Amino acid sequence: MTSRLAEQLALLPDYLGNHMVLTLTALALGIAISLPVGLMATRLRWLEWPVLTFAGVMQTVPALALLALMVPLLGRIGFTPALAGLILYSMFPVLRNTVTGVKGVDAAYVEAARAIGMTDRQLLWHVQLPLAAPVILAGIRIASVWVVGVATLSTPVGSPSLGNYIFSGLQTQNFTAVLVGVVAAAALAIVLDLLIRLIEIAISRRNRTLGLAATLGLALLALPALMPALAWSEGSSARPPVVIGAKTFTEQYILAELLKKRVRQGGYSVADLQSLGSTVVFDALKASRIDCYVDYSGTIWANHMKRQDHPGRQSVLRIMSDWLQERYGIVCIGSLGFENAYALAMRKDRAAALDVRTVGDLARHSRNLSVGGDYEFFIRPEWRALRENYRLNFSARRSFDSTLMYSAVQQGVVDVISAFTTDGRIPAFGLVLLRDDLEVLPPYDAVLLLSPKAASNPGLRQALEPLVGAISDEQMRRANMMVDVKRTSVRDAAEWLNTAVASKSR
Amino acid sequence: MDEFDDVDKTWLSTSSIVPPLPVGARKMIRLEDVSKVFGETVRAVDRVSFTVERGELMVLVGESGSGKTTTLKMINRLIEPTGGRVFVAGRETRLQDPVLLRRNVGYVFQKIGLFPHMTVARNVGIVLALDGSRNQSSVSRRVDEVLELVGLDPILYRDRYPKELSGGQQQRVGVARALAAKPAVVLMDEPFGALDAITRSRLQKEYLRLHKSLGLTTLMVTHDLTEAFLLGDRVAVMKDGRLLQLDSPAQLVRFPADAYVESLLETTLSQLTRLEAIAAKLRTS
Repeated sequence: MTSRLAEQLALLPDYLGNHMVLTLTALALGIAISLPVGLMATRLRWLEWPVLTFAGVMQTVPALALLALMVPLLGRIGFTPALAGLILYSMFPVLRNTVTGVKGVDAAYVEAARAIGMTDRQLLWHVQLPLAAPVILAGIRIASVWVVGVATLSTPVGSPSLGNYIFSGLQTQNFTAVLVGVVAAAALAIVLDLLIRLIEIAISRRNRTLGLAATLGLALLALPALMPALAWSEGSSARPPVVIGAKTFTEQYILAELLKKRVRQGGYSVADLQSLGSTVVFDALKASRIDCYVDYSGTIWANHMKRQDHPGRQSVLRIMSDWLQERYGIVCIGSLGFENAYALAMRKDRAAALDVRTVGDLARHSRNLSVGGDYEFFIRPEWRALRENYRLNFSARRSFDSTLMYSAVQQGVVDVISAFTTDGRIPAFGLVLLRDDLEVLPPYDAVLLLSPKAASNPGLRQALEPLVGAISDEQMRRANMMVDVKRTSVRDAAEWLNTAVASKSR
Repeated sequence: MDEFDDVDKTWLSTSSIVPPLPVGARKMIRLEDVSKVFGETVRAVDRVSFTVERGELMVLVGESGSGKTTTLKMINRLIEPTGGRVFVAGRETRLQDPVLLRRNVGYVFQKIGLFPHMTVARNVGIVLALDGSRNQSSVSRRVDEVLELVGLDPILYRDRYPKELSGGQQQRVGVARALAAKPAVVLMDEPFGALDAITRSRLQKEYLRLHKSLGLTTLMVTHDLTEAFLLGDRVAVMKDGRLLQLDSPAQLVRFPADAYVESLLETTLSQLTRLEAIAAKLRTS
């Protein structure tokens, strides 16, 4: 357990450093925008409603969606969209409290200020701002705590943060990682809040020393936040590391670990960018922000090529490879050998009782059965294809987090789920996959993709090529089960897979 | 400026208890047919005209809603008149920058309006610092000077915050702030209204002394006729936005202009008489 903790803590400087850079930059810029705009809104009355409504709407958009929306909106991944989302998210409390604080200044003081001959500017600086300061700072404190929390959601848009612990930890049942992420985020929020609180006290007590100390504290907080950036710029003359990407599920974490191992063996330094959203990871590869990751032929076929036909497993692979090369300069090294497809799954005993072996069999009973899927399944073309071709008509439909749907079907919450064929929980939970007898679902070969930049690096390709065709469905399922069911660490599962691959190729 | 010297003679004091004004005295405050209409129909002030001479202490008296405070605030343009003209020290206020006008007019509030986040010295000194023309040491010298004028020891009080002072002390600071920039005129809006009777009486006397020794020109608003009679060289009675009578206290008593003025006097006097009667009865019992 302690080695697990040590393993997680080793990642802390990177994740926390990135988290702090992001948080502090977003807060600084957010305040730099919101404070003057808020003050302006107290002057120009027509401005108040649109400004506060805009900021309020930004606040009601779920943070995960807000950050994710910044990616297509800005056409970029990583730090920029995360920063933009967080700035938008930080604005409301600062704006609201600035307006409320300034408006709340006793009218007697405002009249007194005017009566002794203050200009509007003098009124603002000498009277309104100092008297509204506690309320404004309260808004800044709220914003800072929110931003620290929401910044964990910048991981899926490609900006590493403490969210990496949480996303990967939750997916791979590594609660040590989740705990480290949560505790670090909470500690950061508390420290930030405390420092701003100290500034607040310093202002209200007019204590310059305390104010200076608190400001110094904030500066110290910003300093280590800049360290990774400095370290990177120093080391930038050396050969940059090969960056391995991963989406947000167990198989991806294991494969990323395996890729890292192989690339390292090839004499390269490696880095990773994990827990990326499914489209973000592809965008990152396109832009050579990552050098390599594993995707699935059917995903690229349907989501990026927008094709709904499927001419067979090998043809899909070939056409997809050509398309990637032509369109983006992305190189498909080849299939890893296994397929992680969508398939409908049921509990063995239920399937036996209903005498269901294929999806075709299921159609007869679907009226009395309920179906569960991951969040995206029911809006994917695969679902439509299944429903239309087999005339499925389930009595109820429910969406789950993909880690939970296997338990849901095991416990009888739903009767059928949209499983991933390599998931380790299928054998572990006594589930059976129903055969797609009409071949409605496209193939999902796991394919090794290289970014346009990495494609010109023959050594890297050489290091990864032995993995082509090396992993069977069974092996991948077993590695996934080690993590998802037996709670082995991702690293150990990757190590097992690496050994299994090596012994086979020998 | 012919029109400026064209004073409505009927308003001029003829009372013997008012010292005769020096010949050619400057008319420090002058209102000509000044009106204020809020919205379309609410006539808060209705064609009011009067002049306050240099060195005079004039009191505007009336009940709440009579328009007396609105009249006062139109002089330093805290409220803009909707009709008529206002002159301060001979210059029409409408043609001046309101900020510069206000820096030249002392103002004392009932609510005092000291800034809670500033020390006494800062509250007084800020008036001097606003135009940026004075250096810090001259500001600080002047602050000490006016604090002494209003009876506050600078050493004891300059670094205190308003909330550490009693109501009376706060209003002394308020007066000091109004006097700091040596203004041409001082406007006072029920300055002693929120104070207890003893403190009020003391501050009234002290202000009268300051007014005389410094040769100030003061226009004060109050609803308290006793205060008006104690302090005012002349008293203007307002009701429903109109100026009913402007005279020395003696003339007001002898020749009330109408029934309202008379009843105002009667009510105040009868209250005092009743108080006296009660006190006498209590003393003997």
